[in-house]
Amino acid sequence: MTWVGQRVARKEDLPLVTGTGMYVSDIDLPGTLEVAFVRSPHAHARITHIDTAEARAAEGVVAVFTGPDIRGRVRPMVLDQEAAPPGLETAEPEIHPATIEILADGEVRHVGQAVAAVVAGSRYHAEDAAELVRVGYDELPAAVDPEAQNNPIVFDNVPHNVQARYRIRAGDADAAFASAPHRLSMTVRSQRVTAAPMETRGVLASTVGEETNVWSSTQIPWWVRNAIAGSLGIPQRLVRVQIPHMGGGFGLKVNVYPEEVLVTFISRVLKRPVRWVEDRVEHLIASGHARDQLHHVEAAFEADGRISAVRDRFVLDSGVACPYPLSSAYNVASHFRSMYAIPNFAIDGECVLTHKMFNLPYRGAGRPEAAFVMDRVMNAVAQALDLDPADVIRRNLIPDEAQPWSMRMPYRDGHEVVYDARGFPAAFERLLELIGYQEHRRAGKPNRGIGFGSYVEGTGVGPFESGQLQLDSEGRVVVYSGCAPHGQGLETTMSQVVADAFGITPEAVVFKAGDTALMPFGAGTFASRSAVTAGAAAIEASNRLLRRIKAIAGEIMEMAPEDLEVAEGMVRARGVPTRGVTLKDVFRASSPGPGARLPDGFGAGTIETFYWVPPTVTWGFGVVGAVVEVDRETGVVKLEKLVMLHDCGRVINPLIVEGQVEGGLMQGVGATLYEHVVYDAAGQPRATTFLDYLLPTSAEVPEIVQESLEGPPSERNPLGVKGVGESGPIAPPAAIANAIVDALRPLRVQLNELPLSPPVVLAAIELARA
Amino acid sequence: MKPAPFEYHAPTEVAEAVRLLASYGEDARPLAGGQSLVPLLNLRLARPKAIVDLNRIESLAYHRLEGDVLVVGALCRQRDLERDRSVLERCAAVADAVPLIGHLGIRNRGTVVGSLAHADPAAEWPVLAMLFDAILVAVGPGGRREIPAARFFQGAFSTALDPGELLVEARFPLPPPSAGTAFVEVARRHGDFALGAAAAVVDGDDVRLALGGFDSVPLRVAPDPDAAPAAVHPVDDIHAPAAYRRKLAGALAKRALDLARERAR
Amino acid sequence: MNEVEVTLQVNGEQRSARCEPRVTLADFLRGPLGLTGTHLGCEHGVCGACTVLIDGASARSCLTLAVQAAGHEVTTIEGLGTPENPHPLMRAFSEMHGLQCGFCTPGFIVSAYEYLRDNPRPDREAMRRDLSGNICRCTGYVKIFAAVERAAELMSG
Repeated sequence: MTWVGQRVARKEDLPLVTGTGMYVSDIDLPGTLEVAFVRSPHAHARITHIDTAEARAAEGVVAVFTGPDIRGRVRPMVLDQEAAPPGLETAEPEIHPATIEILADGEVRHVGQAVAAVVAGSRYHAEDAAELVRVGYDELPAAVDPEAQNNPIVFDNVPHNVQARYRIRAGDADAAFASAPHRLSMTVRSQRVTAAPMETRGVLASTVGEETNVWSSTQIPWWVRNAIAGSLGIPQRLVRVQIPHMGGGFGLKVNVYPEEVLVTFISRVLKRPVRWVEDRVEHLIASGHARDQLHHVEAAFEADGRISAVRDRFVLDSGVACPYPLSSAYNVASHFRSMYAIPNFAIDGECVLTHKMFNLPYRGAGRPEAAFVMDRVMNAVAQALDLDPADVIRRNLIPDEAQPWSMRMPYRDGHEVVYDARGFPAAFERLLELIGYQEHRRAGKPNRGIGFGSYVEGTGVGPFESGQLQLDSEGRVVVYSGCAPHGQGLETTMSQVVADAFGITPEAVVFKAGDTALMPFGAGTFASRSAVTAGAAAIEASNRLLRRIKAIAGEIMEMAPEDLEVAEGMVRARGVPTRGVTLKDVFRASSPGPGARLPDGFGAGTIETFYWVPPTVTWGFGVVGAVVEVDRETGVVKLEKLVMLHDCGRVINPLIVEGQVEGGLMQGVGATLYEHVVYDAAGQPRATTFLDYLLPTSAEVPEIVQESLEGPPSERNPLGVKGVGESGPIAPPAAIANAIVDALRPLRVQLNELPLSPPVVLAAIELARA
Repeated sequence: MKPAPFEYHAPTEVAEAVRLLASYGEDARPLAGGQSLVPLLNLRLARPKAIVDLNRIESLAYHRLEGDVLVVGALCRQRDLERDRSVLERCAAVADAVPLIGHLGIRNRGTVVGSLAHADPAAEWPVLAMLFDAILVAVGPGGRREIPAARFFQGAFSTALDPGELLVEARFPLPPPSAGTAFVEVARRHGDFALGAAAAVVDGDDVRLALGGFDSVPLRVAPDPDAAPAAVHPVDDIHAPAAYRRKLAGALAKRALDLARERAR
Repeated sequence: MNEVEVTLQVNGEQRSARCEPRVTLADFLRGPLGLTGTHLGCEHGVCGACTVLIDGASARSCLTLAVQAAGHEVTTIEGLGTPENPHPLMRAFSEMHGLQCGFCTPGFIVSAYEYLRDNPRPDREAMRRDLSGNICRCTGYVKIFAAVERAAELMSG
């Protein structure tokens, strides 16, 4: 019996269900000051003056900081964390570093940009005083449509506002187009959305002497620490970043934000604990937005629907910065062709700057945008040829005989995209069966439709992850990890992995993560990577610690380490269970000093650290079917059912995988039917509360059926796992759009722009009737 | 998102509440359920000098059927009606509408009269008020005043109440039990404000239609679905363009009338 | 600053603190009373993370002024159960994996508590509508329904 594979209830739940958790806004450090920001009401403007005198004198106010106040003491962040790695040369990437200012100094570049910070005894007083800060603005023209000609320049170091671009050429798309019997072209848009975790951002910094402790709701604590230190010009060892309980992230918290830097700075200046908790309006305006891609795509295809070539040109509206140009944008290219054997592919992608909030990878990070294009194209090909979309999909699927399939292009880590996922045709047939496709076609019920989407996702990306295993003074097994759990149950899954290695229960494993004081290096939790990378680091460190433990125990017991086994807190002679020492004994024996019992070649201590670097990503995959009913008079879509089959290699905890899939599917539903971060022509955000930014509620949940494909273990990491965190949101937009198209037959409807709100669906119906 | 400072009063009698409201002129807001006002306070979109909390005025917590008239006091919560089978069975349109108002937690605190006084163009109760020719009873420095619904709603979030006047009661003359009534709406999500709503009465020759969410005020219009699109003047907003709302008016008008007709005995 | 003394029953205990009239019940619970289990997700009454019971009826504490609760009974998540003695709903949410990040969970459990009190034999279709006042971004709700059903089992048997 192993713990890996079991539906273990989570260890981390008790504080969360009893309301005794400690999120950043719950931490009670006496004397904590609270911050409110003055934020730009304009998309683009010169700041002519800032007068903070009245604000400084207001009740409860301790300090006010503006851009000029911090000039020279706090540097803007220049983000070049996604320089192209070796191996990506064929993509001809051009990437300019993104600049993120801490406080605007002379110019504001998006609505919501922080202009001043007011520090007071309570948030109530800070907000009162923020209203008293007088800022003069000269409005400037704003770049709003990334495809417009002659947009004002957002940052001088980014020519033509193109912060990044790349191109991929696989096979010979031009030749395929020239000789193809059929072609089509479409414009496909994935709208701007935002991850909207239930907990907004927040950061608390507390300074004692020259050291500052920072608690931040972040998915990347080490990068936050490094960026803060860099921006403040201080050694990294003077800043410790820890994650408290976190209320979700989904990629929105994978960035170093100005507030994290500034709050740390303020704490160091005032020598007091200082906290900023983002409110929801700030969040919807000034936390990272996502997706926002416009694709111009063409397909060349045969009479039977086999697609011989795809050409795609797209623009990603980056807002004022694209901190990760190789994530969302380049993921589009490497995930575009999904499960399909399309040998000829040309794609040109650009990250273009505008005067809006910056654009971050959000759960899926380019894969949903790409899948929406590819699976809408697939459906449009079927429509053009009057073929059943299921047949067209079948004809394009990569057969098992052709595996392992190479896309003949590099992944963003520089390695060639070669799938270690197979079984696409069988998965699709199983989906058709589960969703009752034959019955649906036979019944021909009007206004009811079924549609499909698919994904093959690269998971477990680098650069690395860290794991440290040690025995504590009581002989307990302690795991320190570089991951940053924020809801995905990593404490439980990592404990299951380590429990198997040490022959103990997951409850007995002590787990701590996301604290820069634990280890010198750590990466974080994003990109469906932690089960793979944190798991690999943990198991490698575990194996090394086990070797060390056996060596030391062997020294104590005068036995060969190979003859020993570790289980239940003991080291025993194999076959002689009465002979053994406790792990506490081993800890004692390894402690430095003249009494240490250490074999040759072993230094003191029972602690092993491992930094695991993946060989490349490992590919999970899945197929999704949606069943809808459409009201042709109102355009209202009732989503009845979602069926998803998924393969994520070896599964550590099926309960957690199910939860990730269900949650991800509903985020996909939200992006398909309800959510939209709207900017008007002046660059003003229009969906600034939850009354306008519409998250799905329990009433919008369809029947969800999921089935694990029980795929073989991955060969690209020691645990054989594949990531699954981002799988849910990738396919629903295409599946639902295609289902609506099916429901509206015999009208030939095109639905290529999200969200598919009732007005959009009704307009598509009317266009098809005309 | 914290409210700006205000003075706070919690009177125990209507007369005291009216006196307090009048003393602040336009600078005080009455607070009942708070489900509409407090979000505005939190967002600092409303910054009254004073809040007059009505929740201690127990004499306002009532609802009853007086013959054919549904009478609702200012502290009658949405939930009080939702739980009252006698009301739900007496009027299908009310039974249709109340569960669509927000969510349970909102209906526990939110009030019927508060919804009318708030006059959100996309809210449910203003539509029902127009459908049933409700009488809104206000008490002010000048005494008690009965305002017909058709004159009460003057614009988005704007009513005929004078400064210092407090809406204390709403009276809905219901059609006879043999009549059919219906309320239908289309909302983006369950519980949201409607993209559009329609409510109808069919009682022999007395056929009525009211529409909400299409204009700045709820409307009584001719009970003709084909005429409905031209009878409304919607504007574009981020949830729907005006052209969509016009079509929706026609579709919902037909559904409300058909349902009411079906229910008529 | 025009502070007032607010006295109320919280989780069966009389509590008292001073605050300005504009302070919301949510901030009053979390701040002066130290009960941080009630969370703020939006402060405009949509997400339900701040849900408490006021005189036994669920309410958004971000839309209630602390002064309004004076003299009333408020129940927060901390009043339903503790780590030493968790409520069956708390156990069921963990057992069925009805939470991931946990931020919406206290509000959901309070809403579900009221729901089960009024509907001891829950119906999933009705639950979809009746729990729609609490938003979860992590779970997709499916396992929340399962948790409420499981809690009903635990509480009836």
